[in-house]
Order: sequence, then structure tokens, then C-alpha cells
Amino acid sequence: MPVYRDDVITWIKAVAGMISENSSYLTELDSAIGDADHGANMERGFKAVINKLPEISDKDIGTIFKTIGMTLLSTVGGAGGPLYGTWFLQAGLKTAGKMELTLPDWTEALEASLSGVVMRGKAELGDKTMVDALTPAVNALKQAIQDNQPINAALELSADSAKKGMEATIPLVARKGRASYLGERSAGHQDPGATSTYLMLKVAAETWKESI
Amino acid sequence: MKKLINKPENVVREALEAIAIAHSDLLTVHFDPNYIMRADGPIKGKVGIISGGGSGHEPMHGGFVGMGMLDAACPGAVFTSPTPDQMLEATKAANGGVGILHIVKNYTGDIMNFEMAAELARAEGIEVEAVVTDDDVAVKDSLYTAGRRGVGVTVLAEKLCGAAAEQKRSLKEVADVCRKAKSFGRSMGMALTSCTVPHAGKPTFDLPEDQMEIGIGIHGEPGRVRMPLKSADEITEMLMEPIISDIPYKAGDEVLMFVNGLGGTPPIELYIIYRKAHEIAVKHGLKVVRSLVGPYMTSLEMAGTSITLLKMDADMLKLWDAPVKTPALRWGA
Repeated sequence: MPVYRDDVITWIKAVAGMISENSSYLTELDSAIGDADHGANMERGFKAVINKLPEISDKDIGTIFKTIGMTLLSTVGGAGGPLYGTWFLQAGLKTAGKMELTLPDWTEALEASLSGVVMRGKAELGDKTMVDALTPAVNALKQAIQDNQPINAALELSADSAKKGMEATIPLVARKGRASYLGERSAGHQDPGATSTYLMLKVAAETWKESI
Repeated sequence: MKKLINKPENVVREALEAIAIAHSDLLTVHFDPNYIMRADGPIKGKVGIISGGGSGHEPMHGGFVGMGMLDAACPGAVFTSPTPDQMLEATKAANGGVGILHIVKNYTGDIMNFEMAAELARAEGIEVEAVVTDDDVAVKDSLYTAGRRGVGVTVLAEKLCGAAAEQKRSLKEVADVCRKAKSFGRSMGMALTSCTVPHAGKPTFDLPEDQMEIGIGIHGEPGRVRMPLKSADEITEMLMEPIISDIPYKAGDEVLMFVNGLGGTPPIELYIIYRKAHEIAVKHGLKVVRSLVGPYMTSLEMAGTSITLLKMDADMLKLWDAPVKTPALRWGA
């Protein structure tokens, strides 16, 4: 059973709920090494996405992702807007016309998301950004395909890798974004962008746990 | 933290609604997407100048919209870069047919959002040049950071470029003025307190009563170094030394000195800073030929100051002195 279009909608709704619940937490993280706006920005973006859902919930997955990307791009702002906007726009290009996603489909989409984010933001692994959570997540999916894992197991492994990547940002000195102005003072704090990325992938694993 | 606001999520909207009415002689405000536009624009045959950034720095940038300075300014959420659609619509609205200059402060979000907007505008056939300001000497420009922040020089560049555009100079010429300001200007700031972002409801960082942050930015993020509070004169020395030695400024250079208030520091204290800054400049053989003192680039209610030096040549002096008619800067008109 692949991930169906309606399952994607369920995921997005769950992401919006998760962002709202974690808005203060993301703000706290962004206060330590940023300007305290990540929680509010993401919440505003996903509220706008929820408002858009009724008009796209009968469309293909690619259109849904593309619309989410455009919406986030025009509402989130900051660095998160272009990066998460690019994430969904690239995923949308890869999944154009699809009404369901196999594990290879989801993996290709997320890999395109990662490439887009890297192209736009020019971050590398170890710069203390969302790339530090997204890269291991994509690698875990590719490994899961090689190991013939069902989708739900692959998603668990992917979320777990993202979590480890997120936690691995704690000791890093930031080399990108506002945190980089703090120099050594950015070490010892978890990156907010890596955190929101992990939470989105954790929710995907939870939402799609029946898919195989 | 006490604030004069209603609901945090309405702060920017309510401020923009007021700006539209309070300065209706000079500005119009477009909503969804949000941008502030000069009321008599677009001016045909004149290069349009757009800037923008997070809200919370007022009067930067919306207060600098008007004759002789910006054609449009795009306000994001508090301390959040505005989105590409804002800059795209502002670019189209300010288009006088001879190109548009984007003045972009060097922050990761601003760079990406303005880049995407410029791509979209060019796709619609509008010629766009972008110049990035990166004058803050507090952050080392290296492969290991996002580069120097764009701060006080941005305000000065907006004035100089605005005057150049008003003279009907070409897009390349106006952009060259911006590049000159970028290469001749350096800044550094410090803070006595943090600030409180409306949504967060508490200061972004805790600064004990007897401590200060040196090398502060304008978005409430901590600076490079925290240390015990010193006197105004000692603080001024700590800011002026890295500024002067960066390019470096040399004996005989004519400079504009801009002592900026970050919002929570009263003008009387800014003048005390100016006094020592001027003395240090003169000691290095610099000639301070123009001044700007006041809260022009704020960080909500952060107490603190930033100093900007800008080396001026004959053309820049003429551009600085040229008439300007905006809510925040007004002379000769």
C-alpha cells in the first residue's frame, strides 16, 4: 500500500498541527542563536497552507506540493521561506501527476528537496542548518530501498536519522545564517531549522505508519 | 516586557495602516503583498530604488520612501526578511522604464528572497541590479560565516542612490554609487539590553544589569562578546578602533559620521557617543564633514548604539546634500 494523495493531505494537516504545538519551542531555539522568529514564521506559513488545502485536495500530489511551496515562499519570509518553499517546489516537480507515492517516489522527491535547499542556501553538511537533518534522512531512505524495507520502516529509519542529525548540530559552530554571527557562542545550541525539518519527517513517519 | 501593542500578530499590519494615513502626503501603502510606495511614483525615466527587510527597524526602510531616497520599501514580519512577491510587486510598481536597483542588506534571508524576486522581475522584462551592503566589522567576513551584516551604510546608501536617481542617472551609475558606499563605509554596534519580539513576549536574550554586548546586530541576536559595562567614552573607543582600522580610513579622509540609536537609547546619550567618536576620528586625522545622529535604524526597543563612518568624495557630498522628502529624512524640499 503506497502513500496515497489523501495520506499526503493528512500529513500536511499533521505538520501544521505539530508546528503550532512546537511554535514556542522553535522560538526558544531561535532565541538562543537567532532572532526569535522561526516559530512564528513557520506557524504563519502553515496556517496559510491549511487555508489553501480545500482548493487543492482533489489535485495530484505534485500540484499539492507545488502550491504548498509557493504558499510557504510568500508567507514564511526570512531564510526559512525560500528554503522550505524550494523544498516543496522541488518535491512538487518530481511528483507531478502522481496520485500515490512509492518509497522510491518519496525518496526521489526528498532528494530533489535537499538539492534545491543546498542550491538555494549553499549550506554544506556540518554548517549547522536544516541540511544536517535532511541529508541523513535522505541517505536513510536510499539505504532502506537497498535493504528492501517497506515504506513505514523506511520512514521510521529516515526520521530517526534526521533526529540524530538534528542532535548532532548541538556542538557545531554555525557557518551559515544568523547563528554564524555568534561564532563560537553558537556551539551548545540545537539548530532551529534542523529541528523543524526533523519534526516534519517524524510526523510523516507517524502519519504514514500503515503504508508498506 | 511592557509594549504598546494590541495582539502581537497584528503589529505589522496596524503599523502599516497608520503609516498609510499619517504620511499620506508622501506615501501609499499596498497590502497583500505589503509594500510602501512613494505617493507620486512611479517616476518615468528615473531609476527606481527598492529596499526592504524585517519590520522592527523603523524608520528603516519605509520611513525613507519619498523624493530623493527610496521609491518603495518592503516590510517583512518583525525581524523577518520580506518575501519575493513583495519585492516583485514593488519592483513593478516603482518601474519608471529605465531599470530598478535593489539595495539588499547582507543577511541569509534577505539575500535569498531578493534574489528570487529579481529572477522573477527579470523574467517579466524588468532590468534589475542588486547591490548588497555588508558594512558591519563585528563579524569576520570569512568562509565560515554568512559574511558581514548590512547595517548603517544601508541608510546612507539609500540617500546617496536616491539623489543619484533623482538626477536621472542610469541604472549602472546609480548602482555604482551604491557600490562606492558599500566599499567606503564601515560600522559597529553594541547593546545595553536585548529587545522583545512581540510574538516571543520576552527579551531574545538576557543581559545582566552590569553587562553589555559588543558587536551586536539589529535583530536581537547576541553579539560577539559580552563584558562588564564601561563608560560611554570607553565603549566608543571599542567601536571606533575596529571601524577605522578595517579599510583602513586614512589621515585626510573626509567622512560622514552616523551615530545611530537602536531604539531604546535616548538622543542625549547618542550625542555623548558622538562627542568621543568625533574626537577619535580627528585624532586619526579624519575630517568629519557631515553628521547624522538619531534612531534611524532601530532594533525595536534595544538600548544601544551603532557607529557608521562613510568616506565621502565630492560627488557623494553633493548627493548627500541634495533635497530629500521622506517621513524620516527631510531637507531642501
